[in-house]
Amino acid sequence: MQGPLIDTLARQGITRRTFLKYCATLASMMALPPAAGRAMAEAMAAARRPSVIWLPFQECTGCTESITRSHSPTLEGMIFDMISLDYQETLMAAAGHQAEEARHAAMKENAGKYLLVVDGSIPLGRDGAYSCIGGRSNVDILKEAAEGAAAIVAMGSCASYGGIPKANPNPTGAVSVSDIVTNKPIVNIPGCPPIPVVMTGVLAHYLTFGSLPELDEKGRPKAFFGETIHDRCYRRPFYDQGKFAKTFDDEGARMGWCLFELGCKGPVTYNACATVKWNGGTSWPVESGHGCLGCSEPDFWDAGGFYKALSVPADPLRIGAAAAIAGAGAGVAVSFANRAKKNVARQTHETLTVEDLEK
Amino acid sequence: MNELQFLTWVRGPGLDIAVGIFVLGVVWRLFEIYSLGRKKDLSTPRHAAGASGLHTVFRRSLPPPGMLKRSPVSYIGGYIFHIGLAIVVFGFAPHILLVTNLTGLSWPGLPSQFVDLVAVVTMAAMVVVLVDRINKPAKRFLSTFEDWFTWAVTFLPVLTGWMAVQHLLLPYTTMLALHILSVEILLVVLPFTKLFHAFTLFGSRWYNGRANAQRGVPV
Amino acid sequence: MSVSLEKGIHALKEVIDAPIASYFESCVHCGLCAEACLFYTETGDPKYTPIHKLEPLRRVYEQEYTLLGRLKKMVGLSKPVTDAELDQWQELVYDSCTMCGRCSLICPVGNDIVYMVRKLREGMAVSGHVPDGIRSATKRTVELGGPMGLKWPAVANVLRKAEEATGLKIPVDQPGAEYLVLLSSMEIVNYPEYIEALAKIFHKAGISFTLASDAFEATNAGIQIGNSDLAKVIVSRIVDAAEKLKVKKVLSPECGHAYMAIRWEGPNLIGRPFGFEVVHVLELLDELRQKGVLKMKDKLKDPLILHDPCQIVRRGGVLQAPEPLIQQVAENYIPIVDKQKWNWCCGGGGGASAIHTEEAEALRAKVFQIKKRQIEEAGVSTMVTFCANCRIVMEEGFDHYEMNTKLLGMTELLAEHLEN
Repeated sequence: MQGPLIDTLARQGITRRTFLKYCATLASMMALPPAAGRAMAEAMAAARRPSVIWLPFQECTGCTESITRSHSPTLEGMIFDMISLDYQETLMAAAGHQAEEARHAAMKENAGKYLLVVDGSIPLGRDGAYSCIGGRSNVDILKEAAEGAAAIVAMGSCASYGGIPKANPNPTGAVSVSDIVTNKPIVNIPGCPPIPVVMTGVLAHYLTFGSLPELDEKGRPKAFFGETIHDRCYRRPFYDQGKFAKTFDDEGARMGWCLFELGCKGPVTYNACATVKWNGGTSWPVESGHGCLGCSEPDFWDAGGFYKALSVPADPLRIGAAAAIAGAGAGVAVSFANRAKKNVARQTHETLTVEDLEK
Repeated sequence: MNELQFLTWVRGPGLDIAVGIFVLGVVWRLFEIYSLGRKKDLSTPRHAAGASGLHTVFRRSLPPPGMLKRSPVSYIGGYIFHIGLAIVVFGFAPHILLVTNLTGLSWPGLPSQFVDLVAVVTMAAMVVVLVDRINKPAKRFLSTFEDWFTWAVTFLPVLTGWMAVQHLLLPYTTMLALHILSVEILLVVLPFTKLFHAFTLFGSRWYNGRANAQRGVPV
Repeated sequence: MSVSLEKGIHALKEVIDAPIASYFESCVHCGLCAEACLFYTETGDPKYTPIHKLEPLRRVYEQEYTLLGRLKKMVGLSKPVTDAELDQWQELVYDSCTMCGRCSLICPVGNDIVYMVRKLREGMAVSGHVPDGIRSATKRTVELGGPMGLKWPAVANVLRKAEEATGLKIPVDQPGAEYLVLLSSMEIVNYPEYIEALAKIFHKAGISFTLASDAFEATNAGIQIGNSDLAKVIVSRIVDAAEKLKVKKVLSPECGHAYMAIRWEGPNLIGRPFGFEVVHVLELLDELRQKGVLKMKDKLKDPLILHDPCQIVRRGGVLQAPEPLIQQVAENYIPIVDKQKWNWCCGGGGGASAIHTEEAEALRAKVFQIKKRQIEEAGVSTMVTFCANCRIVMEEGFDHYEMNTKLLGMTELLAEHLEN
């Protein structure tokens, strides 16, 4: 099925007009100028489908689920037709040695040109024995696959930052892709799971411009991760007015007030949920009444509890009581020393006489 | 350490340490200062002291006659920044939430736009009193490293807090973490610098009021 | 460390207490006390900022009574108090502080600064860092009986003259009298009219009084130099005499610090409450006025202002008596802005007037400008006060600025216009 993408799409009954519209939407989402939509469409239409190898490591397949299922009736789902997905364990028909062979073949054939997508973290504990495919450790496979990749997409929080496997105490020694591969361009698309359109957007950008989109200092596409959930949240006005839901079923919660006090991590989470939403724009966590967990931020699992408001510390008063006792101890000790010193001074008082006044 | 880890640290262990040192310092210093005691005044009081100490605690919050004119910046600037700090610290919803979660006490917050404005005014007033400290001969003469240091330590939490809310310079997460860190620094140094006047001021005014009440002078 | 310095620090260790600790911990270096001090407002020199005058005391407190200060001292991080420093501070603690206590009323954190100056003087006195003028005044008071070296025969002489002038008997060493009348040397020498006035008023009111030949001097240079041992020796004379003569009350003369010494410091110096009452002459006069005894035959017409002596009013608490009394005798009393407890010092209290170095006298003249301004702003040429020391200092000021302001003593003024 090699050949220009537009032909593939035409075979599937997608008109050029629909495709153009899709590209324009994608371009606007990525904050590119309108002309980029056309350029994107032209580039993508003419592009030969690049080979994509998708490696699953310590993961839950949620990322794959997110991309395949939630948008299956929409165009995003069809983006798979734009690429040649040569290895994806969950989706591919092949299994066992056949699958491994397909990967090796693709790597060989497209050496230096293929796009490597990784989901899941990479365990380094016990020489990587915690997660193996075909008898080889994840870290081994990753290093080998990264060698010939043009670029790497770390899909989801695990691949991007280590994710839940890396959560304290990190028993498997899980690390992110960028902890292992340092000599290739890497795009992090964090999220647990990540937003599908972000994935397709990055792919479209790559196909159009032959490069990765502009990234922030955490390796995330700026177009999707430039602002916090809190800043774009439709409940933000309630925050500014100081109207907060205190429990999940109080009047405030029913009125749709801000979930800050219920532990929403929106203020410290950079993602596009508030604008792109989920399930084809149906809703998103905050809209459904639950605070943001901050799943696209590094180490979100260990960030102090999902239901603790951001301004609420762990439990400083516990240490406070001990400190007060210690302080009282120190204070009383100093008090006794001071009083003793002053008493000595008083007792050794030498009465001054006028004769003493003479220098 | 990434931003969220930084934030998690300042909200967790960092705050624990800071609150610990603060509480320890305050208790220790209060003992140290007030255990020195004082001699009973044996003179016959002009009239019963009553609540004179308490009166002075309140009376000293107002400028004595003529002083507002002599040093307007000290008084007006001082009022604005002290009241401003109180509003920002106790009127901002996330701050109240912190107290609520720690102690169960709760009160209504102020609109964040208002708190925002107050923060700006407070910072302006603090800059003005700083300039006054540099310009006024007596203030400059008395100033030591501690005076500049404590000014900065008081100013930074307001600045970082405001910048975090306004999304200036650094990502919110980092700025929020810096804000909390700056508050922690403030907590740590408070018991051991002149900032401790926040506690001893009441004792000092009370002693003064009480001692002079013996002689019948409301001070 | 020299022996004298060691003694000085020892003395400070004895007097440092919780209020002092609280005051030093509260200071935020706002410098507002400078605005309360005439030595700063009139010279503009920041070294006269009241709290700065206490720097040696602050460091002794920090190094001796705070844990961090002690640690700092142990590792050599703190600057020790030296003889040279105390010598330098002598000017700040004596020449340029009259213990007027205005700063104690202004300090926004509530520091009683003058309380601390009094305590610092304990250390200064013991370590020998005191001005010669105050030292010799103290020596004379302890050895001879008064700061001017005045002895009883000379006083008896003045009393005799007063008896002649008034035709009234002035009792001496009379047991059982209601009042034991104390005088200050300054009054005896410079304003003997005070004694005549007092005799007239007592006679008019029909109150019994007496003087004591072994305790006529009310002033207490021990307080001014700042040594409680010597102050105790001096005040004990009065207590002994009062108890020997079994008087009900002791009358403090107009002199400001004398009242402070007997009324407020006295019981604390001897370590027990008095068995008699201490009354300031203005309090007595006001009481008589309220009883209707103090009737005037006529009133003074000249517009005048009042100078409230610090130790009697602001620091002594005789707040209510002066104004009704002056209104009793003056038709054109003009209340000034900074009056009563807010009044500005004459510039020579707290022993400063006994310092006769060129620098001290020049400084006193300079700070007198504030009194000069008050008089000029009120547009008067008469001022009334009730402290012999204030009077002398201000007369010097008038001379210095060639002002023809008339300065009157309250008691004399009242006596002069008293109905016969």
